[in-house]
Amino acid sequence: MSTATTTTPLSKAPAGAPAPGTGPARALPGEGRIGLRANLRHIGALARRNALQIKQDPESMFDAVLMPIIFILLFVYVFGGAIAGKGNNDAYVNYVTPGLMAMMGMNIAMAVGSGVNEDFKKGVMDRFRTMPIARSSVLIAKIVVEVGRMLIATAILLGMGFLLGMEIKTSVLDLFAAIGLSMVFGASLMWIFILLGLTMKTTQAVQGVAMLVLMPLQFGSSIFAPPTSMPGWLETFTDYNPLSNLADAARNLVNGGPVAHSVWMTLGWSVLITAVTAPIAVAKFRKKT
Amino acid sequence: MTRSHTNAVEVRGLVKHFGETKALDGVDLDVREGTVLGVLGPNGAGKTTLVRCLSTLIVPDAGTATVAGYDVVRQPRQLRRTIGLTGQYASVDEKLSGWENLYMIGRLLDLSRKDARARADELLERFSLTEAAKRPAMNYSGGMRRRLDLAASMIGNPAVLYLDEPTTGLDPRTRNEVWDEVKRMVSEGATVLLTTQYMEEAEQLASELTVVDRGKVIANGKVDDLKARVGGRTLKVRPVDPADLTAMAAALRETGLDGVAGATVVPDEGALYVPILADEQLTAVVGLLGARGFGIAHIGTHLPSLDEVFLAITGQKTTVSDALPEEVAA
Repeated sequence: MSTATTTTPLSKAPAGAPAPGTGPARALPGEGRIGLRANLRHIGALARRNALQIKQDPESMFDAVLMPIIFILLFVYVFGGAIAGKGNNDAYVNYVTPGLMAMMGMNIAMAVGSGVNEDFKKGVMDRFRTMPIARSSVLIAKIVVEVGRMLIATAILLGMGFLLGMEIKTSVLDLFAAIGLSMVFGASLMWIFILLGLTMKTTQAVQGVAMLVLMPLQFGSSIFAPPTSMPGWLETFTDYNPLSNLADAARNLVNGGPVAHSVWMTLGWSVLITAVTAPIAVAKFRKKT
Repeated sequence: MTRSHTNAVEVRGLVKHFGETKALDGVDLDVREGTVLGVLGPNGAGKTTLVRCLSTLIVPDAGTATVAGYDVVRQPRQLRRTIGLTGQYASVDEKLSGWENLYMIGRLLDLSRKDARARADELLERFSLTEAAKRPAMNYSGGMRRRLDLAASMIGNPAVLYLDEPTTGLDPRTRNEVWDEVKRMVSEGATVLLTTQYMEEAEQLASELTVVDRGKVIANGKVDDLKARVGGRTLKVRPVDPADLTAMAAALRETGLDGVAGATVVPDEGALYVPILADEQLTAVVGLLGARGFGIAHIGTHLPSLDEVFLAITGQKTTVSDALPEEVAA
């Protein structure tokens, strides 16, 4: 069979087979385009899939449920005294909880990358890609469900915060605004991690790179400690770190204080990150073989 | 075939490179409406690349392909409405139950909630999966998984169904289950493009065959024509006494029957390989050996393997009956 290179038809091609391109001209301009309603239906069906996966595999919720509990306890009791002064743990709760909201968003968003990467190793992704749906809907559905996970994590975090003595010094509406802002920013981060998940070969690599990006952004921010206590260069870095912007915005929304700058910065970052990474991620998803 | 002779799939000069490798090197083929075309070839022949091009998963480098009249490159969205994909790769979500998988696909194909529910129930029933409907697909047996795969590709009533090595990795019993389902779909008028490594599978399911190797079509035609060309089955006879082998071969050669006369001794196996072109020849061979009083310890027939098919097609200078036993003996 090593010499199998010549064509030896047993019979000729079916007589009268139309030449290429002369098949029935059934395609009309615009036909096959996916309308908004259909698109929403597809996203709904795919989000249901992602939610059912969680139901089937409840352990995948561990991060969203346990992380906020462990982190808030660690930071309030281990670092709280050192940062805010011994006995001032209560005051630190009000400082760190809004910041942790920003961090939860980032940690949950990170899981999207490995999720997308895993998904691609399964055949079902090929089925989606051969179906008459917008290819972005698979990714958007993923984000919808992950934002849901983020909301659960945030609710648990805030519940713990209130238990440990956090107070809303402004209004519940401000708290909701802070939550909303975290979700918007978290959703924009997910595009980065989706892109990472689509680019890297293995899930481990995705997690490794994600951690590498995450750590400096998280700790080089105002989440845990006021940047004024840091060296000048680091303070400058934290000023531009979107996580700081989000942490400041959430903190000032809950505790009172100037919010305009940090809110606008956060929204700006969210729009910028989404505008840059989402189209690349969708294009990459479309081309991935 | 009582159906119209319109081509559901037309492929002309399809080329796809992966770096230096030419996965498809100018493939032409047609699948007529209401028929099953078997694409037979070894691993790496380009079968899966072909299916991936035809299902818009990858874009060919050159050539054209239309499915139900839609161009794979220019009209991918319309094309996706007309196809169903099952097999090696396209699959279901393991974490979801069978029912949830089918319901989800129904919704993605724009069925209403009610219709998607009804269609899921109907297909689970049809593929004998009703009892397992609520269980996650990861707990299904291999055969159930493939049946669910088939059901999933049928939801949109596709004009063309691609079955990419549908039974690779299945045990014989499960394989027969899948074959039965495919045969039923075909009897109901489905148009199928089937890729396979097994001559037996192609013979069971396909009416026409395209043989591919290294991205090229090396033969095509009706399954029966190809079989005749390749030489049908081979009979393996092992005598009680290996010393009889030469005498047995000589006796068969004397018959002068096309095929049978090409009987070859394989000393290593203590067996005689006899090409069989028709059922009557089988009777004749067994009758003759019995009449001459040879003691037979084992007897069995097998279809030509892919290797033998390839040898018969590509080694076309030698006649089939000569080429076959040599290949068997090798």
